[in-house]
Amino acid sequence: MRTKRTAERKSSLVIGLLVILSLLLGACAAPAAAPAEQPAEAPAEAAAPAAGETVEIEYWQYNFDVRIDAMNQLIEQFEAENPNIKVIHNSDVPYDDFRNKIAASVPAGVGPDVATLFYGWQSAWIDAGYLVPLPEDVFAPDMVADQFSPLAQAGYVEGELYSLPTAVRTLALFYNKDLMEAAGLDPESPPTTLQELEEQAVACTVLNDDGTYEIMGFPVSPTGQAHHWFREVLLRQFGQQPYSDDGTQVLWNASDGGYAAWNEFLKFETELKTGDWRLFDEDPNFFLNGHACFHIDGSFRLGTIASSAPDLNFGVTELPEHNGIKSTFGSYWTHGITKKAAEDPARFDAAVKFLQFITTPDAGRLWVDVTGELPAQLEAANDPALLEDPELGAFIAGLPYAHATFFVDESKDRQAILDAYDAVTLTGADPAAELDFAVETVQELLDEFWASH
Amino acid sequence: MKPKLVRLTLRQRQILWAYAFMAVSLVFFVVIRWYPTILAFNISFRDWNVFEGSGPWVGLDNYADIWKDLFKPRSAVRAAFWNTIRYVVFGVPSQLVLALGVALLLNQITRFSGFFRAVYFIPFVTSFVAVAFVWNWLYAPQTGLINQMLAAVGLPMQPFLNSPDQALPSIAAVAVWRGLGFAIIIFLAGLQQIPEMYYEAAKIDGANRLQMFWRITLPLLNSVIVYLAVLGAISFLRMFDLVQNMTFQGRGGPLKSTTTVVLEVYNEGFASYNMGYAAALTVILFFLILVITVIQLRLLTRRVEY
Repeated sequence: MRTKRTAERKSSLVIGLLVILSLLLGACAAPAAAPAEQPAEAPAEAAAPAAGETVEIEYWQYNFDVRIDAMNQLIEQFEAENPNIKVIHNSDVPYDDFRNKIAASVPAGVGPDVATLFYGWQSAWIDAGYLVPLPEDVFAPDMVADQFSPLAQAGYVEGELYSLPTAVRTLALFYNKDLMEAAGLDPESPPTTLQELEEQAVACTVLNDDGTYEIMGFPVSPTGQAHHWFREVLLRQFGQQPYSDDGTQVLWNASDGGYAAWNEFLKFETELKTGDWRLFDEDPNFFLNGHACFHIDGSFRLGTIASSAPDLNFGVTELPEHNGIKSTFGSYWTHGITKKAAEDPARFDAAVKFLQFITTPDAGRLWVDVTGELPAQLEAANDPALLEDPELGAFIAGLPYAHATFFVDESKDRQAILDAYDAVTLTGADPAAELDFAVETVQELLDEFWASH
Repeated sequence: MKPKLVRLTLRQRQILWAYAFMAVSLVFFVVIRWYPTILAFNISFRDWNVFEGSGPWVGLDNYADIWKDLFKPRSAVRAAFWNTIRYVVFGVPSQLVLALGVALLLNQITRFSGFFRAVYFIPFVTSFVAVAFVWNWLYAPQTGLINQMLAAVGLPMQPFLNSPDQALPSIAAVAVWRGLGFAIIIFLAGLQQIPEMYYEAAKIDGANRLQMFWRITLPLLNSVIVYLAVLGAISFLRMFDLVQNMTFQGRGGPLKSTTTVVLEVYNEGFASYNMGYAAALTVILFFLILVITVIQLRLLTRRVEY
C-alpha cells in the first residue's frame, strides 16, 4: 500500500513537472512565435528563381461560380501570353471564411500574391501592411483616371494606388413581370419614382386569409443590398449626404431629411406592409422563388438568376428617383498585390503583369459576358450593345450617378443599420432614437479609425 | 560494452516504455492544446490584428476595454456574457431532467431498447452544422414545419429565431436535443450500476416507487449527475456552433439576443481582426469555466454510502 502511494505521488510529481516545463516552454516560445516575418521571408529566398525559369504566383478569390469560371478563362489566356508565369488559382474558400483564411495564411507566410478583395475591406488590409502600392510606372494616375470608372478612384489611399478592379457593380430594381401582371399592373412600366414604387408594391402584395404573406410587394432587406439603398440613395434623395466629405462624420441623422429617409426605408414593412425580409428563405431567395414583386439587387444577381431560377420572368430598371434625384450604390471587388509577392522581385513582376492583364478592357468584356458584372474600363462599359441590353442596361445607366461608400468596417456598419431596423420592426422601438443609436455606433467606428490615421 | 539501460529491472523498463508511449499523446496535447492556450494568454496582452507579425505589448488595455464595453448601452459583450449564463441556466437542468426521465423509461423496457437508444443517440453524432440547418428549416417563419403544424391546429404562428425573446430558448432547445443522447447513455450506465438488492430490500421494507427513486436511485446517481452537470455546463458555456449557424451571418442576432462569449471572440477576432481583445475574452471565459466547474464540484458532490 505504502509503496503504491509513493509511486503515485512520484508520478503525479513527474506529471506536474512536465506541466510546468511545457508552460515554461510555451511562455518562452510565445513571443518568438508571434512575429511572422521570419516564416514569410524564408520561402521567398528559397523561391527566388534564376532568369528564364518559370515563376509561380498564387491568386485567391472567394468561391463564387461565375467568377471562378471567368478567372479561369483569363488565367488561361494570360499563361498563353506569358509562358514563363504560372498562376495557381485558389477559389476553394467560401465567402464567409475568405477573410479568416487570408488572415490565417498571411502570418504563416503562405497565401496569395494577388488577391481579390471587396473594396470596403481595403483600408483594413492596407492598415495591416498586407497590400503593397501598385507601381506608378505601370498604373499611372492619368491612365486610371481616364480609362477606369470613377468608382475605381477608391483604390487610392493617401495618394497611392493599392488596387484595381476588373469590373464594378451598381444596384437596380428587379421586378417580377408575372406577379405584376397578376396584380393588374403593366409589367412594361415598372416604377420610376419612389411614389410609384410604393403604390405598385402595395398593389402587388397578396395576403392569405390568416394575414400571412402569399406574395410580397417589396420586402426591404437590410441584410441584402437594401442597407446600401438607404445610405447612398434614400438619404441623398431626401437631401442628406450620408458621410461628411472627408469621411470622418456620419450624417444620417444630421437633418430632418435624414430621418425622413429612414422612415421611408422602414415604411414598407411597418406601414405599407409590403413584405418581411425574413420570409421565404430570405434575401435574395424570396425574389428567385417568385414570392416578391420588387427587389433591389446588384448586377451580379443576374448570374445567380440565370443559374438558379432560369424560368423567372423578370425585368430590371433603374432605381426609382425621388425629388428629381437619381442615385445608386456602386461597389466592386478589386485586385491587390500582397506583401508576399513584394518580397521577391521576380514574383512581384509576374504579379504586376497578371494584374495588368486582368484589368484590361478585354478582360472586362469577358467578365461581363460570364458574370454580368460591368466592365471597370470605360471603353468596354460604354459599348452600345451593353447599354441596350434589357438586363444590363439599367445597371450601366446607373454608373454615372453611382456612389461608393467609404467603409471602415463594412460588416459592423451594416450591423448597425440591421439592428436599428430590427429594433423598430421586431420590438416597436422609436425609429428616430434607433437611427440616432446606429449613427453613434458607426461614428465610434470612424473615430477609432481616424484616431490612428 | 553494453549500454546502461540493461541494468534497469524489468519493472523499471516497463515504466520507461509506458512513459515513452504516453509522451506521444503528451506531445500532441502540448503542441495542439496547451501551446495555443498559452499563446492566447500572451496575445491577450497585445494589440495584434493578425496581419502584422507581432502586436505591441499593451498590458491590461484589452481587459480594460472589455470592462468599459460591459457598461456601454446595448453592449455586445455584456449581452454575450449574460446570454451565455442564460444558455447554461436554461440548458443544463433541462438536459439533465429530460435525460434522466428518458433513461428511467429506457431502463424499464427490454424490447427494442437498442433501437430506442440509437434513436436518442443519433443527434449526438450528427454535425452541429447539419443540425443547425435542419432546425433552421423547422423553425422557419410561416413556411417552417413547426409553424405549419401550429397553424394546422389553429395556434398562432411563432417567430422563433426572428424574435429577440424566443431566439435564445429556441437555440438552447436544439442544443439540449442534440446532447440528450449522450446524457441518456451515461445515465443508463449509472442506473445499471445500482445493485438490484437495494430495491428488493426497500420493497420488503414497504417503500413505494417514489421513495425508492428519491432515496436510492437519485443518491446513487450522484457521481453521474455531477459528471453530466460539469460537462453540460462547460459545453453550454462554450456555446458557438449552433448560434453561428442559426443566426443571420453568425452575428448572434436578432439584436444580439443569442450571441455568446465564444461567438464574440470569433467575430472580434476573425471579422474585425481585434485579436488581442478576442484573446482577452477567451482568457476571461477560461477563468469563468474554471470557477463554475470548481463550484459545481463542491456543491454537487456528495458522499453516498450504504
